[in-house]
Amino acid sequence: MEQLKTIGRELAMGSQGGFGQSKEFLDLVKSIGEARSKAEEDRIVLHEIETLKRRIAEPDIPKRKMKEYIIRLVYVEMLGHDASFGYIHAVKMTHDDSLLLKRTGYLAVTLFLNEDHDLIILIVNTIQKDLRSDNYLVVCAALNAVCRLINEETIPAVLPQVVELLGHTKEGVRKKAIMALHRFYHKSPSSVSHLVSNFRKRLCDNDPGVMGATLCPLFDLISVDVNSYKDLVVSFVSILKQVAERRLPKGYDYHQMPAPFIQIRLLKILALLGSGDKLASESMYTVIGDIFRKCDSLSNIGNAVLYECICCVSSIYPNPKLLESAAEVISRFLKSDSHNLKYLGIDALGRLIKISPEIAEQHQLAVIDCLEDPDDTLKRKTFELLYKMTKSSNVEVIVNRMIDYMISINDNHFKTYIASRCVELAEQFAPSNHWFIQTMNKVFEHAGDLVNIKVAHNLMRLIAEGFGEDDDAADSQLRSSAVESYLLIIGEPKLPSVFLQVICWVLGEYGTADGKYSASYITGKLCDVAEAYSNDETVKVYAVTALMKIYAFEIAAGRKVDMLDECQSLVEELSASHSTDLQQRAYELQAVISLDARAVESIMPSDASCEDIEIDENLSFLNSYVQQALENGAQPYIPESERSGMLNISNFRSQDQLEVSMHGLRFEAYELPKPPVPSRIPPPLLAPSAELVPVSEPSYSRETHQVATVTSVSDAGSLELKLRLDGVQRKWGKPTYSSPASSTSNSSSQNTVNGTTQVDGAGNVNSKARTTYDSRRPQVEISPEKQKLAASLFGGPSQTEKRPTSASHKVAKASSHAAEKSQAPKAVVVSNEVTVEKTNHQPPPDLLDLGEPTVATSSAPLVDPFKQLEGLLDTTQVTSTVNHGAVGATESPDIISLYANTPASVQSSSAEISVPANKDDINVTSTLATQFTKGPNPKDALEKDALVRQLGVTPSSQNPNLFRDLLG
Amino acid sequence: MGIRFILMVNKQGQTRLAQYYEYLTIEERRALEGEIVRKCLARSEQQCSFVEHRNYKIVYRRYASLFFLVGVDNDENELAILEFIHLLVETMDRHFGNVCELDIMFHLEKAHFMLEEMVMNGCIVETSKPNILAPIQLMDKAS
Repeated sequence: MEQLKTIGRELAMGSQGGFGQSKEFLDLVKSIGEARSKAEEDRIVLHEIETLKRRIAEPDIPKRKMKEYIIRLVYVEMLGHDASFGYIHAVKMTHDDSLLLKRTGYLAVTLFLNEDHDLIILIVNTIQKDLRSDNYLVVCAALNAVCRLINEETIPAVLPQVVELLGHTKEGVRKKAIMALHRFYHKSPSSVSHLVSNFRKRLCDNDPGVMGATLCPLFDLISVDVNSYKDLVVSFVSILKQVAERRLPKGYDYHQMPAPFIQIRLLKILALLGSGDKLASESMYTVIGDIFRKCDSLSNIGNAVLYECICCVSSIYPNPKLLESAAEVISRFLKSDSHNLKYLGIDALGRLIKISPEIAEQHQLAVIDCLEDPDDTLKRKTFELLYKMTKSSNVEVIVNRMIDYMISINDNHFKTYIASRCVELAEQFAPSNHWFIQTMNKVFEHAGDLVNIKVAHNLMRLIAEGFGEDDDAADSQLRSSAVESYLLIIGEPKLPSVFLQVICWVLGEYGTADGKYSASYITGKLCDVAEAYSNDETVKVYAVTALMKIYAFEIAAGRKVDMLDECQSLVEELSASHSTDLQQRAYELQAVISLDARAVESIMPSDASCEDIEIDENLSFLNSYVQQALENGAQPYIPESERSGMLNISNFRSQDQLEVSMHGLRFEAYELPKPPVPSRIPPPLLAPSAELVPVSEPSYSRETHQVATVTSVSDAGSLELKLRLDGVQRKWGKPTYSSPASSTSNSSSQNTVNGTTQVDGAGNVNSKARTTYDSRRPQVEISPEKQKLAASLFGGPSQTEKRPTSASHKVAKASSHAAEKSQAPKAVVVSNEVTVEKTNHQPPPDLLDLGEPTVATSSAPLVDPFKQLEGLLDTTQVTSTVNHGAVGATESPDIISLYANTPASVQSSSAEISVPANKDDINVTSTLATQFTKGPNPKDALEKDALVRQLGVTPSSQNPNLFRDLLG
Repeated sequence: MGIRFILMVNKQGQTRLAQYYEYLTIEERRALEGEIVRKCLARSEQQCSFVEHRNYKIVYRRYASLFFLVGVDNDENELAILEFIHLLVETMDRHFGNVCELDIMFHLEKAHFMLEEMVMNGCIVETSKPNILAPIQLMDKAS
């Protein structure tokens, strides 16, 4: 009630332009609040900027007024516009004596400026002064600013004062001082390395707020260096015990839980400290067990603490009893109807299976439910779990699932991630070469531009080397199947560049190897590729090199080469290309073709990509030539080091070799070309002897030397590049598989995405996804499918877990959804993955949503569950469409269990359905309102509403939402 | 670091409060807010209150027409953050009395002051309502 009066008073004053907020401010807020669209809001803000620019520069603005201007600036920036013209006024406001104004000034400054802004230097002085203030609220305000604005350079300016404040009498100050140190630790660990003991000291502060805050820096410190903090285990355990026993002030209780946020942080710290440490872990068992028992499993916060307990238990040295409790909680999470709890359950399961892998099996059906859930977040989490569960027995099912999912999503960030996971799993567990190649094809086809180029190189290497077995037949079979699959795919429009490179390379190397395809067929295909992707230079390079190889193999085999017309014109076109690389390749191709079989064979030996090249660095093959020249009276070669100096440009050549042998390859960029050597300097070869060319300036000789180096480098560089591109004579990368982590994580760098490709891909994909779903529509039929999936994922016999939920209820709901789903609000243009759905329960009325049609919720047509059951009889046709991976033995479907499992399978019938099963979860606000007692009652709210209306901020019919109680 | 940003955005994507614990330019913020709100609006109430976006995890909760969105790191306890949002709303409710969107709009700085008490350096530092509100009430009295 008191609040109401305050607001009323402020508003009343405001309209007179006095104490509180002015009419102008109220109008601004009102118009922003009632703006119907972002565009309208932008117009209001732009107008406001104009007003502010004029007004804020006026002289003698009253302080209250200025505060309001500053808040209006905050609005301007918050709504996405630049308010830098007013920053300086915010800075000035931090100097004010009034606490409210000062704090507002600090707030605005922290919102406006980043720590490297030029204006910060003007504030540091004020901060220093305020840290010394007698008023602890001023000190707190300054400490807030310290946490946001002080950067590495300014730390020394405030550090001594902050340290002093750690012993302040007010707990609020100590708390903020600790956090300021925490900030310094982040910005520059070395600046506070001598002060770390303060964190330990403050852990024992007699104010729980300070203790709670200190846990934040301690957590960071411990995650960096566990061993230095093992001695604190006892303290943390005893604090946690006291917290759990409700020894903290009532103010920390939240929904009947004693200080849950502090408990969670303590559990996080214990998880770090107990990891791999039996002794430390043992001292934690009792308290964690207690928390497991005490936690209220009905409230969200209780479950949050329980989840943290599971995380802790799975991190510390295992204890059977705790693991059992953890498993119980997990199974409760997974059986819950709340998606949030399911999500936590899946995550927790992923943590626990590392310690007790057998736990996964009893939850297999729940996991598959989550996997098939239309909720993307849940699905991703489940993939994460599957990734952790993958072994060679289930890799095919899991990777196929992942690929299907990858195809169905548009989000490049996650697509990249899933693609790299697929690659990683495929490389690690591939059951056969053939499967591996097929899998990689799919990954490349759908996410080629997103995967790391290394993956492509790995694939080429694999095809070239085989799986390392000395089984030539198997290897050539592998190659043939690769060639075959590529010839099938090559006609598809808009393939990713990386994939095309692989295709071209493989076709070049092995296209004609087994004699199944003629050279003209393969070369025709290659020309098509080069033509279709004529603006992708790399692809063209691969294609033309592949052409050269095929012709070379033909010539070497003694066959006559008939170049197709299109190839001919392609090569001609390329020999005039702007790209020197392409040009050179085109000329090389023409040159190779005109050679005889023997020469060609030694230039381009067939299937020699795995041969090592021996580089004869000494150029010994020239020995006889040199010998002959010497005998004919030529000057012997003098190594550079023995020469007094040189000015001899043609010496560079020989020097090159020297450089190469001395330093190996270098990768510096080209240096700018030197101006040509003046012609009056006698060309060195003509000079009769080296001694006759003295060089006075040693610095010059150094310079030439450098030039020599550079040329040699570039030579070697291009040689290297060339080799890599035609891939003939060199191994691809390291001979080992790259380790999982390295091969996957960097793939995001490959983000050059061709927009149109993306879109197209998505289009195809969606229709595909749709058809799969459609084929599975008969709801009950899915179950054997699911069981199979379960069996193939989890290995063991899929013992169906009986679930107590009533299926008829869910089936009915789900079908009602199917009827509704088309009514998705227009506003959502973004994702097809998760289509918005209207749910049975009505969202709070909102007049702001003018664009949104009010959806009449159709009543759920009840479906007789037994009718659904009849559908079971024709299950057989479905199974083939969905999973072609190896699937374990299916048992004859057990009708009861199938029936029990319908709810999950139902969801797949129309991709965007989830079942609103639990009232508690749907209407969060209403439950919450009952969970705790609020101060004022709804009547007050109405009064406030009325008062505000009366005072000029008439909400009008435009946006009553502004007045809705958030907790109402 | 834990919490990377806290946003209050209404159903039309209009920002009502924004607090970032790492620096983003205005353009980046604008884009981020738009993307996130679209993503969250597209979800039903039965679905998880968590969404992955870029390298953030967004925990969101809706009150009347206002979305509270918190961007966190990957290793944060999502459910706890969800309850943290509720704690924030409860705290504002205790201060304003039947808090509504307009209260936050009229008293933007106070909403920020509360956040300043609750979160520092992206960490939850205070969860006791009396402790959070005491400095703000003192300040009200002083002025």
